[in-house]
Amino acid sequence: MRGADAIVKALEEEGVKTIFGIPGGAIIEVYDALYDSQITHILTRHEQAAVHAADGYARASGKTGVAFTTSGPGATNAVTGLATAYMDSSPIVVLTGQVPRSLIGYDAFQEADITGITMPITKHNYIIHKPEELLPSIKEAFYIASTGRPGPVLIDVPKDITAIDVEYNYPKKVNLPGYKPNLKGHPKQIKRAAQLIMESERPIILAGGGVILSNASDELVKLAETIPAHVVTTLMGKGSIPETHPLCLGFVGMHGSKYANYALTECDLVIAVGTRFSDRTTGNVESFAPYAKIIHIDVDPAEIGKNVRVDVPIVGDAKNVLSSLLKIISYKKRKEWEDRIASWRTKYPLRYRKDDKLRPQYIIERIFEIEPDTIVTTEVGQNQMWAAQYFKTKYPRQFISSGGLGTMGFGFPAAIGAQMAFPEKNVVDVAGDGSFLMNIQELATCVDFNIPVKIAIMNNQFLGMVRQWQELFYKERYSATCLRCKEMRFDKIAEGFGGVGIVVERPSEVDEALKEAFEIRDRPVVIDFRVERLENVYPMVPAGAGLNQIIDGEY
Amino acid sequence: MSNNNKRSKYTISVLVENKPGVLARVSSLFRRRNFNIESLTVGTTDREDISRMTIVVNGDTKMVEQVMKQLNKLIEIIKVSDVTENSVERELVLIKVKATSETRGEIVELANIFRGRVVDVSKDSLIIELTGDEDKIRAFVNLMRQFGIRELARTGKVAMQRGEKIVALNP
Ligand SMILES: Cc1ncc(C[n+]2csc(CCOP(=O)(O)OP(=O)(O)O)c2C)c(N)n1
Repeated sequence: MRGADAIVKALEEEGVKTIFGIPGGAIIEVYDALYDSQITHILTRHEQAAVHAADGYARASGKTGVAFTTSGPGATNAVTGLATAYMDSSPIVVLTGQVPRSLIGYDAFQEADITGITMPITKHNYIIHKPEELLPSIKEAFYIASTGRPGPVLIDVPKDITAIDVEYNYPKKVNLPGYKPNLKGHPKQIKRAAQLIMESERPIILAGGGVILSNASDELVKLAETIPAHVVTTLMGKGSIPETHPLCLGFVGMHGSKYANYALTECDLVIAVGTRFSDRTTGNVESFAPYAKIIHIDVDPAEIGKNVRVDVPIVGDAKNVLSSLLKIISYKKRKEWEDRIASWRTKYPLRYRKDDKLRPQYIIERIFEIEPDTIVTTEVGQNQMWAAQYFKTKYPRQFISSGGLGTMGFGFPAAIGAQMAFPEKNVVDVAGDGSFLMNIQELATCVDFNIPVKIAIMNNQFLGMVRQWQELFYKERYSATCLRCKEMRFDKIAEGFGGVGIVVERPSEVDEALKEAFEIRDRPVVIDFRVERLENVYPMVPAGAGLNQIIDGEY
Repeated sequence: MSNNNKRSKYTISVLVENKPGVLARVSSLFRRRNFNIESLTVGTTDREDISRMTIVVNGDTKMVEQVMKQLNKLIEIIKVSDVTENSVERELVLIKVKATSETRGEIVELANIFRGRVVDVSKDSLIIELTGDEDKIRAFVNLMRQFGIRELARTGKVAMQRGEKIVALNP
């Protein structure tokens, strides 16, 4: 059969239901083959959005997301999407068309060395040199993307290979002598960890995105309850424990709550699970958890000891390791520590000024209270941090955000991906006006495919987070952060695309607007929340400061 | 922590699948992670489908540990070992040195003492081939300077651990 047909058949065999992408000359054969397939293809309006959508699909569902692009400009447009998925360890497979083999290296029309370009931002990538490599590479790509520490894999397929005849024998097994993720966790280290836990008087669990990736939430909650220990999460770890759970202190780091940051600073033991200790989480590493021993559980050995010193390293899959750990630890009451955390909680709650002004924090609280099961994606900036602070995530994969790369324009296409994975659920992109403009063209995709994603713009007419830094650290010199677009009508733009637009100016209008939006099931809805322009995200740990050096706002 | 963090040179032996692009992957990794590479050699092993890279890196223990872990993550890399200690390390150099009828004899004599070999002779120069460890090569190159080095090419280091230890696919 034709190479292109073999590709589509292989994807079907991998269980792929949805593909996001845009065709072009170099991948036209594959699209021709797709014409006869049951796989749904979502034609996005930009390849960056196709890859983010595949990523959002993966983050929401736990299944590997798939995107197609053509060669050259199609492939280079995928770069930001790949880097985003790479930084957050999201399993996606991106298939790019390439010019025919006979033209590779001659600067042919629409040629780009995409495997060279994406080497540092993919877990692995392939260029298919021979037809017989095609099917094994697809098999390997799906295997590599979804196992061990997940990540994006790119397959670059020259056009002539999609056109010639190949024998269809899809491999059952992969043969990768150099790839053997260690999933078990060393029993001796697990024993040492248990010992430290039992000795500890002030333990804290730091849960990262790895807990969600390995579906270890149940084990995590059990661990917290058994020790017992409070849990702080990274941004990526949000949802690894229900944020309504009494032992959950929410997220930690630059914009985490004071009580979470104090707890992490004062503890005598950090049990870190599936986190890479990003600088946004640790603050200044020199003063990170200064009194604590650190147990680090991660499937990627390279993460252990990379950013912070570790006392007990455990390489393994979080679910496995936590299960083993649970068998050998027992309950120990630590009243003093619990009381201390409780007093921080009452003394330093997350708070914002409650008056008759329209504030983003209130809007996000209302989204949670009206539709607590909503999947929330975010853009990047203040909107993202408010969403992280005020949306009390209930279950894993409910909160989807670009943590590592911090990609503006991610949230909306990711919401499209999440909605494709869960057509019945509500999906809301909490957006900034700046970020939304970066992939606003995807409104067309939503209208085209009846995708009812809601975009809640926290419209402050600023590149708000950068403005906040300029206010606090650059003497209010607002260089290039004011989006002078008071006259711009996001609601009309939404309508222009064929979606629904709503404008909200007062707190009293919030509920009605949200309820109206949640009713709509066949079109995208843009709610333009005209929020307080100069609202800041607090508390804040300035970049490079310790987690207890916290700036607070006025209330 | 500080005493085992001192900077020095490490020799790492890496077995890789012999596939196109592997070298690019390794060099891309070094550049991206800001690792300091001093030399890198590649050649096949007794198995055609497997190559060996010998990489000399500059750094402290923590950095070298990261280098090895990150290398290990590359899918086509099969095995990574630190062979800095207790190994035979060799490098090959070719040196083209100016030679006149007066100096030629002395140069050949020095080459012999270092177990070098003259591999090309012309009217006013010689090419000498020399293998050895770093110290020996440095000493010889320094000796040759007085005659005038016209061209010099080094291969970079290869290394193998002494005795029973092996860095191979199925030890
Ligand atoms: C693609 C991209 N470009 C630039 C930045 C730098 N950046 C971080 S936050 C931010 C402002 C975001 O503004 P907006 O989307 O309006 O959100 P707000 O902070 O106002 O909520 C910018 C420009 C980024 N994160 N991503």
